Amino acid sequence: MTAPVAVEPEVVGTSLWKDAWRRLRRNRLAMFGLVVVIVITLASVIGPPIIHGLTGFTYDYIPSDSSLIKSFPPFTAPDGSFSWIHPMGTDIAGRDILARVLLGGRISLMVGVISTLVSLIIGITFGATAGYLGGKIDEVMMRIVDVLYAIPYMMIVIVLLAFFGGQSPLGQLFLLFAALGAVSWLTMARIVRGQVISLKNQEFILAARATGVSATKIIFRHLVPNTLGPVIVYATLTIPSVMLLESFLSFLGLGVQAPLASWGSLSADGVLNIALFPWQLICPGVTMAITLFSLNFLGDGLRDALDPQMRKG
Amino acid sequence: MLRFILRRLLITIPMVLVVVSVTWGLIRLAPGNFYTGEKPIPPAIEKNIRERYGLDKPWYVQYGRMISNTLHGDFGISLKYQGEPVNRILKNALPVSATIGVLAYLLALAVGIVSGTLAALRQNSNLDYTSMAAAMIGISLPNFVLGPTLVLFLSLTWYVLPPALWGGPRHLILPVITLSGVYMAYIARLARSGMLEVLRSNYIRTARAKGLAERHVLIRHALRGGLLPVVSFSGPALAFLLTGTVVVEKIFALPGLGNYFINANLNRDEPLIIGIVAFISIVVLIFNLMVDIAYGFIDPRVRY
Repeated sequence: MTAPVAVEPEVVGTSLWKDAWRRLRRNRLAMFGLVVVIVITLASVIGPPIIHGLTGFTYDYIPSDSSLIKSFPPFTAPDGSFSWIHPMGTDIAGRDILARVLLGGRISLMVGVISTLVSLIIGITFGATAGYLGGKIDEVMMRIVDVLYAIPYMMIVIVLLAFFGGQSPLGQLFLLFAALGAVSWLTMARIVRGQVISLKNQEFILAARATGVSATKIIFRHLVPNTLGPVIVYATLTIPSVMLLESFLSFLGLGVQAPLASWGSLSADGVLNIALFPWQLICPGVTMAITLFSLNFLGDGLRDALDPQMRKG
Repeated sequence: MLRFILRRLLITIPMVLVVVSVTWGLIRLAPGNFYTGEKPIPPAIEKNIRERYGLDKPWYVQYGRMISNTLHGDFGISLKYQGEPVNRILKNALPVSATIGVLAYLLALAVGIVSGTLAALRQNSNLDYTSMAAAMIGISLPNFVLGPTLVLFLSLTWYVLPPALWGGPRHLILPVITLSGVYMAYIARLARSGMLEVLRSNYIRTARAKGLAERHVLIRHALRGGLLPVVSFSGPALAFLLTGTVVVEKIFALPGLGNYFINANLNRDEPLIIGIVAFISIVVLIFNLMVDIAYGFIDPRVRY
């Protein structure tokens, strides 16, 4: 039984975005995802200076004591008693894992977001151009996408990183942005093209053309803004998949380089000592899994909210 | 149909050559060489090495030789594993990767289709919510977390299964589960949404109206249409499966193609890299073609 809803005297117009936000707020899992993503992002951004202020630890601070055992379990002080100083324990060199996981979060989220932006730029430009121009050009451009779909591109990315990577930590990051962005724009191009094709024969485009607006301007000022709904949905789902790819590469030692760290490279370090110090894998690994989990739920929720027709069941 | 297959097979050849050329170009544009190390090499020795491996010839001669090797299916001799032909390495490493990959995908298909279909049949039940939450965890849990965690419990705590290396069938269990986790989850989600859509369609209502047994409606009519998304996912899945095997082979120290590929890259072992890239590309392209053909058999609406 639902309580009777009071009928409002005047009808307030709702925009697509307001509607979507209302639907999203009702989806508890998606809101949970949104909150977790915000918390982890905030923690990654402002956490490291706070930890530094409270305990003096940073992601690369190695305490200079003479003890041989440096890996302490979570919530344990060097003397074995309970302590808040290392909530995630320390790694093999005695560095605070929480500080490293937060740094890893910065890098992993940054790679996820920037690579997704790169893929957005390529995908939208390619898809909108193909869809708007249509005809032979569209056919050729979409054939190229089909062909690229069938190529095991990760092998090429691995070759690229192995041969061109390793110059400097910062250069490596840019290489990752470019490489991961360059391989994840295909589906985006298809989505945008489909949207543009269904939009381009509507009156407002006709009006724009009649008043002599150039093709470039029509595409980017009139068509692309109207495809934003599906684009945002797909971009939200691209972020976790790019982060997963980055973590694979970092796990293999081809991604993010020391002294920087990502959740993938931290997991790779943790795997080495899993029998003795399992928290060194569990802490970064589970943090990453929770983040991806939340991003995926958020993406699913956004899809349901922005596109009720695509709703699965 | 036959023309479609022939045309697609013919396209495969230039596509493999393009992939191989891009790889070769990347290798050659990169600074350094496979023989450059920490210590500088005396010029006389360097000259000998360059002659021995044909590096003294102009680039187009070397490129032509690489293409001709690829077309003949003979990739020459590994630079790192001295005297070992690339083809022999491929032949030894392939069974490892193929066994794990095929078993993992079969397991993913079985578990994914069953749980996805059940979830669709009992939509909004507890079973539905549980299996979809499990699927979401499966998608979000990287296999380098799943694998070592399984090892930690099953191998290092309870001593049930071997933790790593290539041996009997017992060595297969953990790598296969680790690799199949993500695909299980994807397939369960695809099967669920596909089945939900089909179960609402008119032809299912017709089948029920004719008085067919529910089992019949489901197996003969609904599954065929409902699993189409799973079939079309199988093409790209293979390419992803290969990425997954690289990580899984590293976790479990298995002598498969993925492990060789990573090492070849770190060693700048050009013939081995080219060999593996060409081989994998061919496999992926042929598999995609097979998926497209299978699609036509399952879905009578598809025309080539």
